[in-house]
Amino acid sequence: MRYLFLAAGLLAATPAFAQDKPTLTVMTYDSFVSDWGPGPAVEAAFEETCGCDLKFVGSGDGAALLARIRLEGARSEADVVLGLDTNLTAAAVDTGLFAPHGITPEGLSLPITWDDPVFLPFDWGYFAFVHDTTKLATPPADFRALGASDVSIIIQDPRSSTPGLGLLMWVKTVYGDDAPAIWEALSDNIVTVTKGWSEAYGLFLEGEADMVLSYTTSPAYHRIAEQDDSKAAAEFAEGHYLQIEVAGKLAASDQPELADAFLAFMLTEEFQSAIPTTNWMYPAVTPAAGLPDGFGAPYDGTPLLTPAADAPATRAVALDEWLRALAQ
Amino acid sequence: MAARAGSVTRRVALTGGLAAGVILLLVIGSIVAVAFRAEGWSGLKPSDWAALRFTVMQAVLSSVISVGLAIPVARALARRQFRGRSALITLLGAPFILPVIVAVFGLLAVFGRSGIASQALGWLGLPPLSIFGLHGVVLAHVFFNLPLAVRLILQGWMTVPAERFRLAASLGFGARDVARHIEWPVLREVVPGALMAVFLICTTSFAVALTLGGGPRATTIELAIYQAFRFDFDLSRAALLALLQVAVSGTAALIALRIARPAGQGGGLDRVSQRWDAATSAAKATDAALLTTVALFLLMPLLIIVLRGVPGLFNLPAPVFAAAGRSVLVALVSTALTIALALPLAALAYGMRARGGKVVEGLGYLTIAASPLVIGTGLFIVLFPFANPVALALPVTALVNAAMALPFALRVLAPALAGVEEGYGRLADSLRLTGLARLRLLWLPRLRRPLGFAAGLAAALSMGDLGVVALFADPEGATLPLVMYRLMAAYRTEDAAAAALLLLMLSLLAFWVFDRGGRMDADA
Repeated sequence: MRYLFLAAGLLAATPAFAQDKPTLTVMTYDSFVSDWGPGPAVEAAFEETCGCDLKFVGSGDGAALLARIRLEGARSEADVVLGLDTNLTAAAVDTGLFAPHGITPEGLSLPITWDDPVFLPFDWGYFAFVHDTTKLATPPADFRALGASDVSIIIQDPRSSTPGLGLLMWVKTVYGDDAPAIWEALSDNIVTVTKGWSEAYGLFLEGEADMVLSYTTSPAYHRIAEQDDSKAAAEFAEGHYLQIEVAGKLAASDQPELADAFLAFMLTEEFQSAIPTTNWMYPAVTPAAGLPDGFGAPYDGTPLLTPAADAPATRAVALDEWLRALAQ
Repeated sequence: MAARAGSVTRRVALTGGLAAGVILLLVIGSIVAVAFRAEGWSGLKPSDWAALRFTVMQAVLSSVISVGLAIPVARALARRQFRGRSALITLLGAPFILPVIVAVFGLLAVFGRSGIASQALGWLGLPPLSIFGLHGVVLAHVFFNLPLAVRLILQGWMTVPAERFRLAASLGFGARDVARHIEWPVLREVVPGALMAVFLICTTSFAVALTLGGGPRATTIELAIYQAFRFDFDLSRAALLALLQVAVSGTAALIALRIARPAGQGGGLDRVSQRWDAATSAAKATDAALLTTVALFLLMPLLIIVLRGVPGLFNLPAPVFAAAGRSVLVALVSTALTIALALPLAALAYGMRARGGKVVEGLGYLTIAASPLVIGTGLFIVLFPFANPVALALPVTALVNAAMALPFALRVLAPALAGVEEGYGRLADSLRLTGLARLRLLWLPRLRRPLGFAAGLAAALSMGDLGVVALFADPEGATLPLVMYRLMAAYRTEDAAAAALLLLMLSLLAFWVFDRGGRMDADA
């Protein structure tokens, strides 16, 4: 045990102990805070103006984030939670842990109008099936065509992954009571279901399937970072389901002004311009210089989204249907 | 003082009891903490029973196949001396200590749709392999656990003194007589434990089972716990499922421990065994073919991991190396903790062998059955009111990693310690060798090989395990596996492949250093 405490002492000696400035703690998902995510740029930019120490705490992905907040409850050290999506916000509001942001956001570039009093969007994207154009020249045009084809796909498990849940909501929104039939038709196309996005995308890059559930923005990464033009997102005629990632402040925050300042900062140029090439999503407010070259114009078809308030009920039904269709 | 047989000295009782307490607190305490935090109570759902059935079925299949293959492989390794044998033994252990996701990608590169095997089949005009399904899950579990099973069985084989084979040869024993009189008792002792170890690992499998299982049919209890915790935030169900998992594993552990019988091989002079019974050319050819096949099966995916990692290795971003440093530190602390828990538990289990010793040993196996998610969450709930869990992320990870490695260390140390006590215990008693003196003069020298192996396993497992750090790490506190996941999540496939290679090298190095330290005398 002695070693344990020794190690604890050594490892806990982080710069956080330089306590002359107030600290704003932002809890978010792990890939946001990673060295390759938006975290470092956002932290530097905000600390320049806030006269504070911005501290990120990472916790798994979006779903893990909500569980973590519920575990910590009102005693949480976090002031702001960043990284939930609209499928989770109703459950988050129900915890009573969040406070209204009181901000009227301006210049949002979302494809829908935003009127949530508790959460503010920081980026968004469309779920889509990504494929390699050199291997699959003409992808299926919708879910029915996909189900009827022999194109293989890899998806994520809705129980452990937010894109996986997004697909569930996508099919349910479009097909309603016919969703089970769609899943049954898809079941022989699904090569496998993974725990999270990384595994699924990795398997796709390995050539284990023709298509993978990801985002319409995924090909932009390959174009910009790898000068690889071969990846494309298939456009589905039914429309594409939106993922809008949001942040909100906790009611029990001991730095409410800083939290407000951060939420306002979140919609400014400094924060938003970091989003496209680190989070590979569309920024909630398009930067003055526009999107980076290679990003392409966002998909302009029908945006689909279950209203946040209906999401909990819908996802419970949709999960049961999904499990029943695929567990046979 | 010379009273033996079932006597437990106070020191053994104290340290062993302490170790058992730590384990119980971690495994059961975390479930209790999660249950206490639950809002309301709910029962298990029908789908949870389906998850239980699938969990047990795939674990039984995986363990029986892994151990069934491991027996002839271990025999071949035990009775052959050849150039590179020791390097082969170390390398064969690599899959076991790989992070799950790395190993899965290695396997896919061989057995996947675009893998080497499928391409070879393509040239013959045959359709590509499909790795997804129950057979894929079992294949991956065999890939992971065959090496462990081989090492556990080999460890047992090496306890047979060379003199016994000498005696057998002078009595004119053939291969069948050796099998009956020497090898069968050894197998009877080690095989149940090996079966159990593999079974237990497979019961908590989640990512492998889901990814290769092909869909929600392959839902294990661990995935059901994820769903209860993350999707439904139903902590009472998560706790119930965790208890179910512990109950399954506890039952398996007790069955295995009942079946196992100490072989009682007697003492020897530690000479290298010569095997006159296996000198026929047919036996030689079989062993050679067997070892080649297994080496190919285990090493091909590794080779591919190496080849993919090399291009990015020399321009890995700096944070990866910082994370590697943290992983090494965590692994060292975790190794020290593992041995500090395992040795007292093994001693207590031997001391109490007449009454309840098996239960003590079984306790040590519980940790592998515990859900990492539940342990992490339980610790979080317990720590949160008193300290910032984020600041404690690395020490907690070291502790949990130690607990996860404990069953393997115990599996290696418990029979070895029992063997030492059977062989030298009376002599040590008559010399009044007790307490620390017994540890220093009898246990440590006689247990060098298993201690080195156990420490190597613990260090490598800790290095490769994502562990609980993923649940509450701050940006600056990431370990190497976590950074590898972050690279994957940032689309940086090449960097992630290089980080995986670095991880593989560090794990193997850690294993090799400790294991080598313990085997210094083996070939002397």
